[in-house]
Amino acid sequence: MNECKDSPFSLYGETLASRFVLGTALYPSPQSMKDSIAASGTAMVTLSLRRQNPQQQDGDTFWQYIRESGCRLLPNTAGCKTPKEAINLAEMSRELFETEWLKLEVIGDDYNLQPCPFGLVEAAAELVKRGFKVLPYTTDDLVLAQKLLDVGCEVLMPWGAPIGTGQGLLNRYNLRTLRERLPDVPLIVDAGLGAPSQAAEAMEMGFDGILLNTAVAKASDPVLMARAFAGAIDSGRMAFLAGLIQKSQTASPSTPTLGQPFWHQS
Amino acid sequence: MLTLSLNNESRELPDNTSLQEAIEHWGMVEDKLAAAVNGEFVPRSHYSNFKLSDGDLVDLVKPVGGG
Repeated sequence: MNECKDSPFSLYGETLASRFVLGTALYPSPQSMKDSIAASGTAMVTLSLRRQNPQQQDGDTFWQYIRESGCRLLPNTAGCKTPKEAINLAEMSRELFETEWLKLEVIGDDYNLQPCPFGLVEAAAELVKRGFKVLPYTTDDLVLAQKLLDVGCEVLMPWGAPIGTGQGLLNRYNLRTLRERLPDVPLIVDAGLGAPSQAAEAMEMGFDGILLNTAVAKASDPVLMARAFAGAIDSGRMAFLAGLIQKSQTASPSTPTLGQPFWHQS
Repeated sequence: MLTLSLNNESRELPDNTSLQEAIEHWGMVEDKLAAAVNGEFVPRSHYSNFKLSDGDLVDLVKPVGGG
């Protein structure tokens, strides 16, 4: 963003060149993922670990492209339902990806993939003690957010909507409350966004960044959609910095009324 | 003979096999992977000394796309 002076996007003391964090799943091909990462301008990508048998070598291209992107890695604990599962997967990720950064997911419900608040706090507390830099995927609940900060998380990632739904910002009141009550905490809206306009709205509200995957990867043209989201996130950020006007119930003319022709005092 | 699970598939190995030997036996020694046995992370530096037991559940995971 060159048009205005912005504060750096800093997480755990490190500055990222983009406020757009992109997921690496669900693309039609590894090449599409690679091109989408480039088009997005992202500086950090999420990824995961899964079982693969010796015969399967299709992950090698994926890993090659990820390394070539030069992006910071943010491994996740997707699919974990207990603190124990999440902690063990986190340890495996730290060793394999050589990073202490972690997108912590502890899922409490299969239907909407809602984070389990109790398991999330328990796992975050242990992982912080073990030296991880935890970025928890959380709901938009203020008290849960405060508990996560209490155990040492320095960044929070509240959901916009359940993962993969594309429904946008379902609870604006809660999201605004988080932003207003935690003004100095980096907040990244993570999951549920479907359209660039929704990402722009979150940025206009003052959120610090956006993490998404499905909306880009499942678009008809993922590369073009990555570019669209990048533009929307930049626009939303600029709008936040510029300061939105107050909404008003009554109209107010933008064109000067002084000197209006055809007007005569009766 | 040990009967154990590799990524949820049944496998057999000689008695007293280490995790390192198992990974070599399965042809995965060149792979970028991380390991857990019975749900507990096993650091790479422990592979050689980690003796597998009958009924162990071995997970070997590799990088994949994630959101």
